[in-house]
Amino acid sequence: MPFIPHTPEDVREMLERIGAPDTDALFDEIPAGLRTAALQEIPPALSEMEIGRLMSARAAADGRRLNFIGAGAYEHHVPAAVWAIVTRGEFYSAYTPYQAEASQGTLQLLYEYQSMMASLTGMAASNASLYDGATALAEACLMAVRAHRKSKSQRILVPASVNPTYRQVLQAIAGNQNLAFDLLPYDATGGHTTVASLEKYRGADITALVIQQPNFFGTLEDVDALTDWAHAAGMLVIAVVNPTSLAILKPPGEWGSKGADIVCGEGQPLGVPLSSGGPYFGFMTTRLEHVRQMPGRIVGRTVDLDGKQGFTLTLQAREQHIRRSKATSNICTNQGLLVTAATIYMSLVGPHGLAQVASACMERSAELVDALTRVRGVRLAFDRPRFHEAVLLLDRPVRGVLEALAARDIVGGVDISTQYPALGNALLVCATETRTGEDVATYARVLSEIMQNAAAA
Amino acid sequence: MSQVPADLRFLKSHEWARLEADGSVTVGISDHAQQALGDLVFVEAPEAGRRVVAGEACAVVESVKAASDVYSPVSGEVVAGNADLGGQPELINHDPYGAGWIMRIRPDDKAQFAALLDARAYQAALAAETH
Amino acid sequence: MQEKLIFEHSRPGRSAEAQYPSATAAAQVPEALRRRTPPRLPEVSELQAVRHYTRLSRLNFSIDTHFYPLGSCTMKYNPRACNQYAMLPEFLARHPLAPESTGQGIMQCLYELQEMLKAVTGMQGVSLTPMAGAQGEFAGVAMIRAYHKARLDFARTEIIVPDAAHGTNPATATMCGCTVKEIPSLPNGDIDLNALHAAVGPQTAGIMLTNPSTLGVFERRIGEVAAIVHAAGGLLYYDGANLNAILGKVRPGDMGFDVIHMNLHKTFSTPHGGGGPGSGAVGVGERLLPFLPLPLVGFDGQRYRWLGEKDLPQSIGRLSAFAGNTGVLLRAYVYMRMLGREGMHRVSEFATLNANYLMAGLAAAGFELAYPGRRAGHEFIVTLRREAREYGTTAMDFAKRLLDFGFHAPTTYFPLLVPECLLIEPTETESKEELDAFVAAMVAIREEAQTDAGKLKGAPWTLPVRRLDDVRAAKHLDIAWVPA
Repeated sequence: MPFIPHTPEDVREMLERIGAPDTDALFDEIPAGLRTAALQEIPPALSEMEIGRLMSARAAADGRRLNFIGAGAYEHHVPAAVWAIVTRGEFYSAYTPYQAEASQGTLQLLYEYQSMMASLTGMAASNASLYDGATALAEACLMAVRAHRKSKSQRILVPASVNPTYRQVLQAIAGNQNLAFDLLPYDATGGHTTVASLEKYRGADITALVIQQPNFFGTLEDVDALTDWAHAAGMLVIAVVNPTSLAILKPPGEWGSKGADIVCGEGQPLGVPLSSGGPYFGFMTTRLEHVRQMPGRIVGRTVDLDGKQGFTLTLQAREQHIRRSKATSNICTNQGLLVTAATIYMSLVGPHGLAQVASACMERSAELVDALTRVRGVRLAFDRPRFHEAVLLLDRPVRGVLEALAARDIVGGVDISTQYPALGNALLVCATETRTGEDVATYARVLSEIMQNAAAA
Repeated sequence: MSQVPADLRFLKSHEWARLEADGSVTVGISDHAQQALGDLVFVEAPEAGRRVVAGEACAVVESVKAASDVYSPVSGEVVAGNADLGGQPELINHDPYGAGWIMRIRPDDKAQFAALLDARAYQAALAAETH
Repeated sequence: MQEKLIFEHSRPGRSAEAQYPSATAAAQVPEALRRRTPPRLPEVSELQAVRHYTRLSRLNFSIDTHFYPLGSCTMKYNPRACNQYAMLPEFLARHPLAPESTGQGIMQCLYELQEMLKAVTGMQGVSLTPMAGAQGEFAGVAMIRAYHKARLDFARTEIIVPDAAHGTNPATATMCGCTVKEIPSLPNGDIDLNALHAAVGPQTAGIMLTNPSTLGVFERRIGEVAAIVHAAGGLLYYDGANLNAILGKVRPGDMGFDVIHMNLHKTFSTPHGGGGPGSGAVGVGERLLPFLPLPLVGFDGQRYRWLGEKDLPQSIGRLSAFAGNTGVLLRAYVYMRMLGREGMHRVSEFATLNANYLMAGLAAAGFELAYPGRRAGHEFIVTLRREAREYGTTAMDFAKRLLDFGFHAPTTYFPLLVPECLLIEPTETESKEELDAFVAAMVAIREEAQTDAGKLKGAPWTLPVRRLDDVRAAKHLDIAWVPA
């Protein structure tokens, strides 16, 4: 039996020590009527060689294509050293660091991670991560409700330019706890959220405003004006940010005159491959005054009995603590392996390297937009500055175009027409530092052929 | 064994209350409670001026093991929170009935104080709890 | 010897040049949005980074290096093949939103995983999307609520939980807007049926249970429990934390459970990774099929596709940005294919054999079992209250001294019902010799407790650090490095 070391001799000796005639007797407390028959629906066991072949065949069938999708998960170069270290058994097969003395490797790494994320986002305190960006936003909203002393409404303003799947997850997770979400429209020309759209909430009891930067369209929001307006109106500000962009964009801790209150986002761009959707990790940082309201694990530096520096999980009492008047969370895990990757990644690229990556992303995506909008039937939706994504409007349904591109080994972007019907035939495209000028030219050429072959809608 | 001063009143949830000469009520947590919690690391006391209702959670005490709400025994207005607890939460461990006081409340109705458990009743409740 | 922080190795201007693009035009970020001071990330060479994190890894205990009998955590071997095949380049490079036509291979793996999980648990539908056990629990309770609401039965807002339950159970119930009602366990570890009878009513949404329970014993009258709750109109939720005890022997669906969550990082051997990522796939019976969290993988006989809101309009919704922890799911898939039909039965067989053998060994050595008359499932509880009385040592002291002997400690102080307890789960991948060595260590430590308790109280002695000051960590919060 794979992974089971027992020889028949072992089994005999063990049964003797237990005083049971056979292993079946060990299950004699289970009513006979409940015992399962053979699991016919499960296929017979495969050796490692056989499963390896099967998996390789399926992977080969899927193949690889030139990727131009972002939409919350971004393709970046992941240095070879990252996963070579992450998959070391001491990191890979270690448990949650509850026995701190036996987990100083993981704990110190998490402390370093917290330090990096706090600085990257311009805030004082970070947790050791949450499941992903979408759930991090849900947790941030629940946290805002707990942290806001005066607001009782549990109402959160969420721009429509925030990732639509994130908004769905918000509803699924926080909707059960009497949080209400008001949708803010985006500006038709710029694709951004305007202060004007907030005016109707002046004087109302609103707990928090969510600002995503860059937003789902790739557009850069007017974060200073929005933050200051929200604070003047007595709301907390929840920032949802892209960590790569923070190497060159003003971090949420410096938005407006006071800075954002809670920061969250998807950490996948930092050293985690696309991996068909997961596992990723969510990050969360905040002001020192709110640290006790922050969900998730937190690692603290302390000393041991000899006065030597050491690290341990801290503020654990919050995890089961239910503040009477406010909403609650049961999240207490962290995405350890992914955070390990992110920490090693950030150490390898450093501040200068990350800025280079971010700049290259901006540059390449600008080239992409330039090249694609030269194709007949393709135009740019919004006229404001962007990070590394853009919305293009096509003269025909996007779906058919994407299928044609896929047939030519190009994954051209995401069709967002259903989620944003007011835009028309809308395609969200992205180019990171992993796309070369040649890749961009290929995309433009193939798209041009596709657009010419079929008639416009 | 925990200390239960005879001159104080109590809540089943382990808060103690003392009626001061000026009519205000000082509130803290009992010796039993501080023992159960262990070394306190953080205390959040209410601000002066806040109105509270009897039974309302208005303070938090946090140890490494647990974080607990502290409930007001009476309705009224908070006169003061113990500012010393910010830097020295361990005062509650060392002197729960003295320097470790948490808040002082001016009650709307003194009769509420009289209705609280006396020391003997609290002692009995403790004995029943620890089986 | 103390490891420096990575920041203490930094030198301005140092970097791993091979890892990022060379000079590009300055980014055209609008002035008002430009970052002024660089983030405080390390400035080190590639070798410095590699050396630092490799050295850190060596400070950890892990399954690959140590026996890790953590009760309720199922620390079994994480087969390397699972990692290798989950990380094939095509799977790694694929964007989750790429067209379905480009992902039939991976979708087939996920679909087959759904089917296999249905088969081993006896459920009718499975969603792979919850990203951790706690999220699986949330999905489970949310589905129960959705079910009652769909039948306009709005009074059902109470969840019954045994007093031995894990803390996340009541927390989850509260998160879903429910109230919690605790019922007691009997001294022999079973649920008090009388208390259950009294507790159910028109307000009952459901009961959250695990079987075997957190006390390590099989709830023998589970059939009656199911009948009582169902008769009262409630549903049964199965916490799959202890699935390793019954995998291939009993199926939660056959026990009468309406919804279960599984911990793929426990029973199906995906890596614990120092705290995650996990995966909390959920399975449901007929009644709850319409409410499964999205997305699911569907198959029409020819093609695999993602099922979404149009297919399940009553779904409780999406719990993640994409489809859950896909890489973890692939690892579980590889593991289940390597176990196969026969292997699936053997898991619980050998997990139970190991647990009962270890239990017998410790009992023979004079340690006190919490439930001496019962068979162990895949785990069992030892109570060290006698040692506490006689030597003044706690379960924590034993746990810390075990670290010096090269064993990760078992789970301590859970379940709360048993004083000074160790919850011990060896799993099926450990050899007899390892178990014997553990018993020998426990005996040696008890002898030390008798002659020189200080050896336990001051443990661990041989690890990178001694016992850490938790109180100071919480009082004088230092959770991020800042330059002096």
